Amino acid sequence: MTKKTTPAKKTQVAGYNARQAPINARLGHDELIALYRDMVRIRRFEERCLRSYQQGKIGGFLHLYIGQESIAVGCVSVMGQHDHIITAYRDHGHALAVGMGMNEMMAENYGKYTGCSKGKGGSMHYFDPTRNFWGGHGIVGGQIPLGVGLAYALKYKGRKGAALAFMGDGAVNQGAVHESYNLAALWSLPVLFVIENNGYSMGTSQDRSSAGPSLAERAEGYGMNWDIIENGHDVLEVRDRVAAALKLAHEQSLPSVLEIRTYRYRGHSVADPDTTYRDKKEIEDYKATKDPLMFCQNQLLAEKVLTQEIIAKIEESARAEAETSAQFAEASPFPTADDIQKDVYWEADNPADRKSQGALFFS
Amino acid sequence: MPVITYREALRAAMSEEIERDPNVVLMGEEVAQFNGAYKVSEGMLAKYGPKRIVDTPISEAAFIGMGVGAAMLGVRPVMELMFFSFYSVAFDQIFNNAANLRYMSGGLVNCPIVIRGPANGGTNVGATHSHTPESIAAYHPGIKVVVPSTAYDAKGLMKSAIRDNDPVLFMENTLLYGESGEVPDGEYLVPLGSAKVMREGADLSIIGHGRAIQLALKSADLLKEKHNISAEVVDLRSIRPLDEETILASVRKTNRALYVEESKPFCSVGAMVAAIISDKAFDHLDAPVKRLTSIDSPAIYSMPLEKLQLPSVDRICQAALETLK
Ligand SMILES: Cc1ncc(C[n+]2csc(CCOP(=O)(O)OP(=O)(O)O)c2C)c(N)n1
Ligand SMILES: [Mg+2]
Repeated sequence: MTKKTTPAKKTQVAGYNARQAPINARLGHDELIALYRDMVRIRRFEERCLRSYQQGKIGGFLHLYIGQESIAVGCVSVMGQHDHIITAYRDHGHALAVGMGMNEMMAENYGKYTGCSKGKGGSMHYFDPTRNFWGGHGIVGGQIPLGVGLAYALKYKGRKGAALAFMGDGAVNQGAVHESYNLAALWSLPVLFVIENNGYSMGTSQDRSSAGPSLAERAEGYGMNWDIIENGHDVLEVRDRVAAALKLAHEQSLPSVLEIRTYRYRGHSVADPDTTYRDKKEIEDYKATKDPLMFCQNQLLAEKVLTQEIIAKIEESARAEAETSAQFAEASPFPTADDIQKDVYWEADNPADRKSQGALFFS
Repeated sequence: MPVITYREALRAAMSEEIERDPNVVLMGEEVAQFNGAYKVSEGMLAKYGPKRIVDTPISEAAFIGMGVGAAMLGVRPVMELMFFSFYSVAFDQIFNNAANLRYMSGGLVNCPIVIRGPANGGTNVGATHSHTPESIAAYHPGIKVVVPSTAYDAKGLMKSAIRDNDPVLFMENTLLYGESGEVPDGEYLVPLGSAKVMREGADLSIIGHGRAIQLALKSADLLKEKHNISAEVVDLRSIRPLDEETILASVRKTNRALYVEESKPFCSVGAMVAAIISDKAFDHLDAPVKRLTSIDSPAIYSMPLEKLQLPSVDRICQAALETLK
């Protein structure tokens, strides 16, 4: 069964230049370099994760974000202190972007007690509420209603913030996503639905999974603002366009659907041999022309913001940071058998304040 | 007899049924072009084409519900859940629609659908991907539940499930897909609702389902070797319909029962079986029916800890010894 396609509506005005947008034009050298550095750190961390996975140190799934770094870094860089973020299982990039440490992340992947979720969640389930990061979710589309809930809570409490709820191009076909769109639009909730469109959901290309001219345009049916960010590899373009939607959320409590075009270099997860559904050439072409790190590096080199020395330093320190995290994870203890039944019920973990009676656990 | 894997046995069953009945369709995420996330359907698209082997979007509620609707009109859909855990996305379609249609229509409507996929822990995929909902599913009158533990049963039960006129939830296991066993060439059926005595014994009955049976067989070997205990092992194979007679006959013979399963303890299949035994074979029991399940918490990710959380040969032997005290 194949669908008929009509070309996507152009959302970008002619002559648009993301670098010149006010939100980017005012960036100082340090801020520009920080954007680049954050993307490099994500990539080197994940490359180190891959090695650990291959050494059998990491179990289960490992979904790498390599190729998509500009999105997490761009989005988080325009978030304010009352903005919140939630995403799916491909969560390493968002976690590093919000400021989580490589040590706690790598330790989580190793299933260690020093991990961000004490080794209970694994790579797909990172959380850091202190940084407004609400996970890391394994069920496709399952996090999107929660994102709406974050927005609802912000509005309820009268805080001037918004929620960014990330999903993939495959997740848009879950019923919960559509129900969420309706609630957000109906109740004017300050939420940005951010679709990281990397072209594939596992081995299924967007064409084979999704009807309609574009994913973002589905927002029309709900009377919601939407935008397609074609150059998702350009961290500055991501910043500018996401900031515009964020402004709508902050100032008018309006939701948006943002579709950001991007690409993943690795298989769906490390277990996917990635040999059946796309050409190697497609990957190579993207890397050669649109790699987010390379694109940013070239731009900043041309502007003389970056120099070869600075790049080398950033590289060296990102690699060292990732290596240290692997050593930290390796040296950390596993949880103990007693930990298995901790963190299940608040009351069981806080026996002094327990109000209910009766057995909570069974055997 | 030819030896094939559990995965190949499932594929053979589905292929034979697709060839036999033009109404049988296999559908699910990545089942066609990608050859299945766990390669159960490998080669089937090439062989049977895109009308019979269909890739779906990630829309469990819609495609399972669509299967239920199509079943009403005589299609016999075999719906793959990449992980059985994703059944909860389609919960309403399965337990409100598929389970109740026949009843609410006063018997006018049938729903011959198979919903299949792996339901197991032990691969460190975390709490969201490690659900074992046998008892939750079997709780619902109108639903049948099957859990094969060997390649032979995987094939014979799958063929019966596809021919069944009621909705069948067929729970597989990623850790068993690669396990081999003897499977005869060609047609045979294992009826739903027949348990199997996997090993005869005299001192206690270890009853269970799914991969726990493989562990129970190893435990029975060890119990013999180290303690000279003769354990009978009974594999339910089908949870609903349930072969009460085989369970009760075994308990009447050994006078002791241990139920082993990977699910959580609350209202588990073992809890149901224990109730049946105490109801119908109380006078034959020399000890309370013992149950061994996963430790009662969501599935932990951490690799060595997940091993501790799940039933193991060690834990089964220990439980058996306690039953015999
Ligand atoms: C409800 C549910 N169905 C299926 C899966 C298995 N699964 C995990 S990721 C994935 C593909 C998702 O693709 P997309 O939304 O494009 O995100 P990407 O992986 O490209 O980041 C699938 C089918 C799941 N985790 N949850
Ligand atoms: Mg995708």
